[in-house]
Amino acid sequence: MPLSHPSAVLEVANATVRFGEVRALDGVSLAIMPGECIGLVGHNGAGKSTIVAVINGSLSPHQGEIFSDSTRLAPYGIGVARSRGVRCVFQELSLCPNLSIVENTRIMHRNLGGFGWRARVRGIIAASLDAVFPGHGIDVGGPVGALSIAQRQMVEIAMAFSDSGQPPRLVILDEPTSSLDAGLAAQLLAHVRRFVATGGAVILISHMLNEILETASRVVVMKDGKIVAERGAGGFDHAGLVKAMGSAVAHQAAARRSHAATEPVLELSLPKSQPFRACKGEVVGLAGLGGHGQTRMLLAMFDRHSPQWWPRRDPAVTFVAGDRRENGIFDLWSILKNMTVASLGDLSRRGLLQDAAETKRGADWKARIEIRTPDMENPILSLSGGNQQKVLFARALSTRAPVVLMDDPMRGVDVGTKQEVYGMIRAEAEAGRTFVWYSTEMEEMQLCDRVYVFRNGAIVAELVGDAISEQDILRASFEGAAA
Amino acid sequence: MKALLAKPWIWSFIAALSVWLATIAVTRGASTVGLSQAALTFAAFSVLVGIGQMFVITLGPGNIDLSVPATMTLAGTVTLKYMDGQNGLILQGLGIAIMVGVSVGVLNYALIKALRIPPIIATLSMSFIVQSAAIWTNRGLRIKPPQVLADFTTLTSFGIPNIALIALLISILAWVLLHRTPYGRWIAAIGQSLPAARMAGIAVDGCRFVTYLLCAVLAAICGYLLACFSGGAALNMGTEYLLMSIAVVVIGGTAVAGGDSNVPGIWGASLFMFLVVSMLNTYGLGAGVRLIMTGVIIITVILLASGRKAGAR
Repeated sequence: MPLSHPSAVLEVANATVRFGEVRALDGVSLAIMPGECIGLVGHNGAGKSTIVAVINGSLSPHQGEIFSDSTRLAPYGIGVARSRGVRCVFQELSLCPNLSIVENTRIMHRNLGGFGWRARVRGIIAASLDAVFPGHGIDVGGPVGALSIAQRQMVEIAMAFSDSGQPPRLVILDEPTSSLDAGLAAQLLAHVRRFVATGGAVILISHMLNEILETASRVVVMKDGKIVAERGAGGFDHAGLVKAMGSAVAHQAAARRSHAATEPVLELSLPKSQPFRACKGEVVGLAGLGGHGQTRMLLAMFDRHSPQWWPRRDPAVTFVAGDRRENGIFDLWSILKNMTVASLGDLSRRGLLQDAAETKRGADWKARIEIRTPDMENPILSLSGGNQQKVLFARALSTRAPVVLMDDPMRGVDVGTKQEVYGMIRAEAEAGRTFVWYSTEMEEMQLCDRVYVFRNGAIVAELVGDAISEQDILRASFEGAAA
Repeated sequence: MKALLAKPWIWSFIAALSVWLATIAVTRGASTVGLSQAALTFAAFSVLVGIGQMFVITLGPGNIDLSVPATMTLAGTVTLKYMDGQNGLILQGLGIAIMVGVSVGVLNYALIKALRIPPIIATLSMSFIVQSAAIWTNRGLRIKPPQVLADFTTLTSFGIPNIALIALLISILAWVLLHRTPYGRWIAAIGQSLPAARMAGIAVDGCRFVTYLLCAVLAAICGYLLACFSGGAALNMGTEYLLMSIAVVVIGGTAVAGGDSNVPGIWGASLFMFLVVSMLNTYGLGAGVRLIMTGVIIITVILLASGRKAGAR
């Protein structure tokens, strides 16, 4: 591949990253020039975090090359990236709370060792904090644990911009303002502009589109692992950006029904939010950006209706976990035991488990949901991720619970399986089951009868029927205004 | 044969059998029956507390009941004082032992749940309270058990000690509970992953509560029987059962990390623990050497058993 940008601070050429069947990055090329601020936007799963991981060296692309200052960097890793001046501030805070700010800075800057390092590090981090957030009022000798979330974020940002003899050349800011108030955010963005003006480069990822439009000198829009649009500052307005992020593929509208007449089976009121309700036979979607309170609400509903002390013969709700390693799968067990664990009451007579009934239930669901295994007695870990997820679906659907809560259940599931499960959800809903479905995938929200859009832990919009479109959901999740 | 070798409990039986053979080889078979009956009797007490502890350990990392010895002591002293050597009060005495177990179990889980104290601390603090209660009830008295009960616990039926038969019955019940009921599945699920168990709709608190209750009740029954067997309750009667209850679970092949338990292993391990000590006694070794040897042998058995697992996976 010829070098197209000889002066680029860093250039990623034709990078491809696959996670199983999913192409997280599909031949992405991006050159970051000195003195520019790239605004990177796209909805969840578009590949933003993956391209960042490739740039900061924590993920090696399966294909593609990385150049810096006209030389090809191979091998490329976190160490090489740092020595080239690549710094990264993550959305998840990564400071050690038990150490002081000075000590945390020392961990980040490995070249600052030797006698008297505390004084040197103190000077460096204090200078950087003063530069980015004038009047911050943070004691750099104090422990990180005593800081508020916003202050920790400020320290991380200051650490990334600090100069310890290896000046920062490219700073990646992933949702840096999510925990900062408006004043601090303005200070940060002003510093970004100053940094860029002196020849530094910044990649700014934000769901606050105004910040992108005001700060970035170039806006890059990603979708499905590809760069779908790229324009200079002023090339986009707010609406244009939302549109560019949206799906270009036309959807066939799923058959939706109105449920106004039926009784709600589930209701929940959240603080400072529109009320939530779900009716019998309805598929209710929870949309919005990831981590804006959807999972928390599902868990709250589950906790309220699930037994703590005494097992219920007729469970009120059942749950399909998306994070199956964390709260789905029982590692030591067979596929069958994993599947039946939620409905053991139905499979026992006079308190004793009925093997025959359990085996039959397993065989029924193996056929119905096509779990690809020669024997349901095989260990659950012998299955692929998608098939493990099918077992979790079978576990939930084989209970008699009238309400199924789903927490982004299609993570890591291949397209074929998804279609099978969509069909099954539709059929079960026709039969009177209620589904509450959180997903970060727009396509899945289109399958819902009604969608609640979340922002900052509250429901900000309710979309019904034909109003459920990608653009409406995106607009609601970014603006917080009723659609 | 291969399937048998794959069982996690087989190693404790192999160990017990080897030690048994090594012992009767030295005595040239002179006390085979006596040794076997003694082994079964003393193993039975370890089995009773071991089963309770096994259920608790099944609940997963951090779950353990350290109040077992104190519960045994309290149950022993309280019931003997109540029965006061009268044969007519034996069943009431058993009832009181069970009540003692229930109270300790309830208080244990109350500490764990309401005050959010880790089980290891909660049950340890509880054991101080329970032990103090035992001292207070006992006041240095040594009351004889009812004669019928004392005879029952020391005699044999069909050549097998009665105590061993009771332990066998309880073991079978425990096996059914663990493998044939929803409760057994639920605690194994909780032991593998607490969040996953909660999301599967299992009544986690109820299951854990019942398990701590069960452990304390088994310890109390064991204390009741042991006090009658040894002709009276003593304040230190439970001491050795703290380590014993945990050791038999581990040697028996139950996963220390929880979620995977088995009842037969408890028997193999309990027999083994008694036989090791009597073997070393038979060899006429001093107390210090005996303890060191006991430790080394236990470590060896655990290594052998876990080595097999690592190879199989």
